[in-house]
Amino acid sequence: MLSARTLIDFYVDGFRSMKLGRTLWKIILLKLLVFLTVLNLFFPDYLNSHFSTDQQRADHVLHQLTHLPSGK
Amino acid sequence: MLEHLDISQLSWARGQFALTAMYHWIFVPLTLGLSFLLAFFETLYVRTGNEQWKTITKFWMKLFGINFAIGVATGIIMEFEFGTNWSNYSWMVGDIFGAPLAAEGLFAFFLETTFFAVMFFGWNRVSKGFHLLSTWLVAIGSNLSALWILVANGWMQHPVGMVFNPDKARFEMENFWDVLLSPVAVSHFVHTTSSAFLLAALFVVTVCSWYLLKGRHVVMAKKSLAVAATFGLIASAFVGFTGDESAYTAAQVQPMKLAAMEGLWDGEVNADLVAVGIVNPGKKPGDNMDPFQLDIKLPYLLSLLANREFNSFVPGVNDLVYGNAEHGVVGAGEKIAQGKQAIAFLAAYKQAKDAGNTEAAQLALQQFDQVKEHIGYGYLTKAEDIVPPVPLVFYSFHVMVALGTLFPLVFAAVLFFLYKGTLQQQKWFLRAGVLSVFFGYMASQAGWIVAEVGRQPWAIQGLLPVGVARTQLTTTTVQMTFFMFLIIFTTLLIAEVRIMTRQIQNGPEGE
Repeated sequence: MLSARTLIDFYVDGFRSMKLGRTLWKIILLKLLVFLTVLNLFFPDYLNSHFSTDQQRADHVLHQLTHLPSGK
Repeated sequence: MLEHLDISQLSWARGQFALTAMYHWIFVPLTLGLSFLLAFFETLYVRTGNEQWKTITKFWMKLFGINFAIGVATGIIMEFEFGTNWSNYSWMVGDIFGAPLAAEGLFAFFLETTFFAVMFFGWNRVSKGFHLLSTWLVAIGSNLSALWILVANGWMQHPVGMVFNPDKARFEMENFWDVLLSPVAVSHFVHTTSSAFLLAALFVVTVCSWYLLKGRHVVMAKKSLAVAATFGLIASAFVGFTGDESAYTAAQVQPMKLAAMEGLWDGEVNADLVAVGIVNPGKKPGDNMDPFQLDIKLPYLLSLLANREFNSFVPGVNDLVYGNAEHGVVGAGEKIAQGKQAIAFLAAYKQAKDAGNTEAAQLALQQFDQVKEHIGYGYLTKAEDIVPPVPLVFYSFHVMVALGTLFPLVFAAVLFFLYKGTLQQQKWFLRAGVLSVFFGYMASQAGWIVAEVGRQPWAIQGLLPVGVARTQLTTTTVQMTFFMFLIIFTTLLIAEVRIMTRQIQNGPEGE
């Protein structure tokens, strides 16, 4: 049976023995940081940030569908 | 009606989605295809015990890891864009996409935390058999992960297995299996994944051609090429068969897309397939301009492609816009009138329900149900609005098909020269081979342009045009994030190319 210690060691040793992997992890973490910052600042969920209940969101979309004269 | 619409904001939002999707698609196909090549290389190592195969597996695994690390999470951006730029659409499809996207997330999470770790950290620490199993599971799991995304995309092209709930303004899933096994979803999945296999095989051709030209890592290059070219040849056959199926399903459920792909303006019985053509860019629906400045056609083949019958009728752009009573094609004008009725009944239902008039609400709902099939058309201003940009779709389709025809010849030539033992002497071929992955990407991206631009103006085919799917935001907001992502993605691409080329120059370790 695989013990938790063995499993942790597997990952710890794996990360320690990385060479190129260290650079890649730095890129991944930097990317996630930039993405999350940009996404949180500039990409709010429009319906979640403007309405508090699902019914309000549904009513808003239904209003758009029945009143917005949009086209192509 | 179009005077109320901020076209520039819509165009920027569409451009932003196209930008993120196309950059995302630089990384994804290489991951999907290379994962299977790794599994093949490692299987050869385990079966033969030849350490060279292990070296080969570890070398390509390193390149796979670079591509995966740079590409991971680039897809998240699109999910955020749904909520910000496409909030109406996002709300309406939430019930349909919830299950496939949750499944995709779970697959990705379990794969990345378990089998990826074994694949990269497990050499000499787990048994050969378990390591091989992990590599295969990464390959299968990555491709299954793509299945859910492509099922969601297939549903947008051909919405089935759902019902519209007028109280929640949502499409709700009625039959999961109809959504999963929709002919469009199935053909999209097989066509897209097999094209990814092909692209990964071309990537190996590029790298190995360079090694052979330089006279470095010759044994590794030849062994890698033998496997990749065989895989690429088989994948090419799949791409061809599934491409034919994709065109057939387009003819059945998205005939305008097929008409744009072929530049067919006036429908024909015994329709010819355009092999090569230069379209007249100024051509508009209903005018008398010749569709082509130059064309070479293959007789009857479009009818065969579209309907599996030589003497069948294939509707053109004009038939779909203005209708063709002789062949039973309903024009967009008629659908627009029906769509406007559907919108009016939906509004009447909402008004009656809000007023507490149950009887009037029920009546409006019954009337809505009778005409709701074409509700999306009700948002269009004129029949001509259903026409996508024909030149872009036509050229993208023909570039994709031309390159898709060339690639199996490249793989066959690689195998032939390897068999003859003369590959390293074919300098001209190897120089061309170095460029092969770039042509692979060109074909792959062209395929997405055909699929996505070809279905315009629809976010959901026939039900929701992009103009209604979007959020009412200012143009500046979308422009700003467009350029922000352009910079971020370009930086990532430069990082990928630099790290990848450095590793390729270093070559395999311990050879």
